[in-house]
Amino acid sequence: MTAKIITVTSGKGGVGKTTTVANISVALALEGKKVVCIDGDIGLRNLDVILGLENRIVYDLVDIVEGRCRTRQAMIRDKRLPDLFLIPAAQIRDKNAVSPSDMIRLCDELKPEVDFILIDSPAGIERGFRNSIAPADQILIVTNPEMSAVRDADRVIGLLEADGKNPPSLIINRLNPSMVRRGDMLSMEDVFDLLRIDVIGIIPEDENVILASNKGTPLALDGKTKAGQAFRNISRRLNGEQVPFLDLNHQNIWDRFGWRR
Amino acid sequence: MSESSLIQIKGIKDGLLVSLGDASWNVLQSTLIEHIEQQPAFFQGARLALDVGKNSLKSAELSTLRDKLSENGIMLWAILSESPVTEKTAQFLGLATRISKPLPQEHRVSQEPVDEKTLFIHKTIRSGNRIDSSGHVIIFGDVNPGAEIIAAGNVIVWGRLRGVVHAGAEGDRNAVVCALELSPTQLRIAEQIAISPDRHGKPLPEIVRIKDGQLQAETWNSG
Ligand SMILES: Nc1ncnc2c1ncn2[C@@H]1O[C@H](COP(=O)(O)OP(=O)(O)O)[C@@H](O)[C@H]1O
Ligand SMILES: [Mg+2]
Repeated sequence: MTAKIITVTSGKGGVGKTTTVANISVALALEGKKVVCIDGDIGLRNLDVILGLENRIVYDLVDIVEGRCRTRQAMIRDKRLPDLFLIPAAQIRDKNAVSPSDMIRLCDELKPEVDFILIDSPAGIERGFRNSIAPADQILIVTNPEMSAVRDADRVIGLLEADGKNPPSLIINRLNPSMVRRGDMLSMEDVFDLLRIDVIGIIPEDENVILASNKGTPLALDGKTKAGQAFRNISRRLNGEQVPFLDLNHQNIWDRFGWRR
Repeated sequence: MSESSLIQIKGIKDGLLVSLGDASWNVLQSTLIEHIEQQPAFFQGARLALDVGKNSLKSAELSTLRDKLSENGIMLWAILSESPVTEKTAQFLGLATRISKPLPQEHRVSQEPVDEKTLFIHKTIRSGNRIDSSGHVIIFGDVNPGAEIIAAGNVIVWGRLRGVVHAGAEGDRNAVVCALELSPTQLRIAEQIAISPDRHGKPLPEIVRIKDGQLQAETWNSG
């Protein structure tokens, strides 16, 4: 095995990077892939919370880097999905504790043993961004269909270009189809028109995402919601499958009748 | 602040790496040159990579420095910076911005000015980038909102112009701006400023110039 290393980043904070990493990791593991996700957002760790693994943390990324534990010891295995592992971020330590070459070394070590390494990066203006993109084979930029988020995404794409990275792919998160129809929100076409990079996923706005995060059970664990399905589709596309985009314009029957699941 | 804390010198595989501390660009530049002039033998013939930290530098500033260094027999080949503006500037001057992995040769050539007076750029200019030129600028790509193009001469965009553009920035009222799709956040020629109106329908190529003391846009058509 030689893992594909995917870093998820953004220009603006709070657009859904951690949610994306958690859901894509779960979806890949459901497909039988061996996945390690690394929380690169040192000091602001929350991937463990969204994955529901917070209470099992003993060691973290900085412990690995500083040699206080072996890499294996800091990898938390998800009990629901035995092929999914998390390396959590340190909660409080100095952000300079980890360097880009530390991340490259860690990924080199993991690479022969897994199929995917997903890195949850801080937004592109913060420290830790360089660490997270250093080992990446592929970079996913998350944005919301909102002018300020799209502009910040544009800026990060420029930074990555200046760095000589492969062109990143785009995830548009929190799209609200009825707002787009009313002309109150940027559409996928509007966003693409500006950024001109490959779109690998469109995730609808869905309050279930928030409920799932609070419970520590990412939506992609079951495919019943559109957002969960959209994340699963991204994981299939990362596996090289051609998957059409979901039709977000047709509400499903439950939504139409105002039922709640 | 003492000079030694402003300049740190390290030997690296590709020559010398000089890291500059925190001070204004003028101070840093003159301190660096002074330092070099005191030890001419040490620097003579050196290949230099310069880490400018957070300083946001324009192409005029970087090319002045490059000239001063070359007068002292030093070849500046890389600029390292936390500022994306400086990185971009450096790249447009054909300088590397990573010391471990210099940009491939063909990359450098295509971003270099065609001649002294025209900067030809084949890429999308993204938010946060600023292109500064003492001549004309030709962009083969889009200029996105949040990007800026400042030129003493004309600005020609073979693509969509949606950022800020200033042609004739040193006062030339004969300068023009043209683009396949012209919807800049703000457009200036010499001292005249316009904000583009909301447009509807299919965009046409346009050229803007100063006519009768005002900025005027004309659509271009082949007929
Ligand atoms: N598709 C979505 N629909 C509704 N809420 C979402 C969606 N994606 C993310 N969120 C919410 O947005 C907030 C920020 O998401 P998060 O993944 O933590 O962002 P980041 O990691 O980029 O800072 C969280 O409260 C999350 O539950
Ligand atoms: Mg996050």
